[in-house]
Amino acid sequence: MRAFDFTRADSPQAAVAAGGRFIAGGTNLIDLMRLEVETPERLIDISRLDLARIEDRADGGLTIGALVPNSDLAADRRVIERYEVLSRALLAGASGQLRNKATTGGNLLQRTRCYYFYDTAACCNKRSPGAGCDARGGFNRIHAVLGTSDDCIATHPGDMPVAMQALNAVIVTLMPGGVCRRLPIADFYRLPGSTPQIETVLEPGELITHVELPPPVAGARHLYRKVRDRASYAFALVSLAALVKVTDGRIAHAALAFGGLAPRPWRDPAVEAALIGREPSVEVFAAAADILLGEARGSGHNDFKMPLARRLLIAALRDLTQ
Amino acid sequence: MHFTINGMQYDADIDVRTSLLDLLREHLGLAGSKKGCDHGQCGACTILVNGRRINACLTLAVMHQDDEIVTIEGLGTIDDLHPMQAAFVRHDGYQCGYCTPGQICSAVGMLDEVARGWPSHASADLARPIFDDDEISERMSGNLCRCSAYPNIVDAIREAHAASIESEQAA
Repeated sequence: MRAFDFTRADSPQAAVAAGGRFIAGGTNLIDLMRLEVETPERLIDISRLDLARIEDRADGGLTIGALVPNSDLAADRRVIERYEVLSRALLAGASGQLRNKATTGGNLLQRTRCYYFYDTAACCNKRSPGAGCDARGGFNRIHAVLGTSDDCIATHPGDMPVAMQALNAVIVTLMPGGVCRRLPIADFYRLPGSTPQIETVLEPGELITHVELPPPVAGARHLYRKVRDRASYAFALVSLAALVKVTDGRIAHAALAFGGLAPRPWRDPAVEAALIGREPSVEVFAAAADILLGEARGSGHNDFKMPLARRLLIAALRDLTQ
Repeated sequence: MHFTINGMQYDADIDVRTSLLDLLREHLGLAGSKKGCDHGQCGACTILVNGRRINACLTLAVMHQDDEIVTIEGLGTIDDLHPMQAAFVRHDGYQCGYCTPGQICSAVGMLDEVARGWPSHASADLARPIFDDDEISERMSGNLCRCSAYPNIVDAIREAHAASIESEQAA
């Protein structure tokens, strides 16, 4: 691990003024620093800031502090009652030990688990812009089939952010100049294009302070289904966070976000438009899957993700609308 | 830097890069916590920080100077085993023993999570989890045992859980 300066911030304002890399749970960052994939010169410890509370909002939503651990968020009674998909997604991720340490803000910024990103002897445009991508012609079973570019086919690894995408979460930040921003999660993650090293719209030094959840959709059924290589403690091959509401025999609300398919949690408005107003049927679900996968492109080992995503979508919607 | 570990005070002159696990093992001689993968994948380094189980390999010691740290050395002694340690001995919940300190610390932390009503991926009803063997396997998935002593580990944890419920009811 490269040497770094270490300071502890005693307020969010001091943290953004300090000009360094933020560390809270550290479950991803320390691993990356040990491998020298990440080499920050200065670490700002934000773990003691007063950002670890979950608070009710007047509109029926919740405001989640960026330092709320994954465990606490998943077990919160309000989250279980109003946003079951979020609790399910959190509990499908990592292990008990990691969920105790990983924070809400940090989990939004978890970096890809692409083998070539972690292997400093390999070529990776995300780690070393312009170096090339060894995943394209390499072992790419876990890689993305949607939203990729010639420069990067890495997947976003998270579960929690997939559920937050389906819930229309808003990410609240503090910028170095003291300005707060409210970023809808749909606008938060960037696709790789020719700059895969830039993963979000956050400016350098900008700190996530909270995540806001809008009021729950009354009557919607929630589901988080994760397909992986073992039953627990594994990243998603494909996952789906879905909220569906059926009224008078027709789909009245549908929010579908996928993990494991793309460089960011993947939500396609055209897929939901193909469902809303229709009577639930396998044919309708299959047509939505066709739209989802219309632009999908495999790299060889990950070609199975297309039929897998298709079956997952159909099975999940069948379960949710029965 | 100053640390509180197993109720004792320790001072250590260490680099800020030192992980909490390396502090314990290399600087303070508390070698019960094991280094398996050093990447948070195996759970052999599991300890309790402020009562919560974490991977000691994936955190920096410098960030834990205000915390109450408990390692396997602080749970029990050879003459006075922690109930979880005693259950592992009774059920032969190990073969080589390398993962055992992490398994035991993790199991102690896990039963506390169960007592607080925390759900898991195995819970059909998140608001009312029912503790069974599937719950034990799911909640302990962060601790690998390469000897695959899992059946006996599950037996030990099931017994320790039942005993803790009984002693609670007696009190």
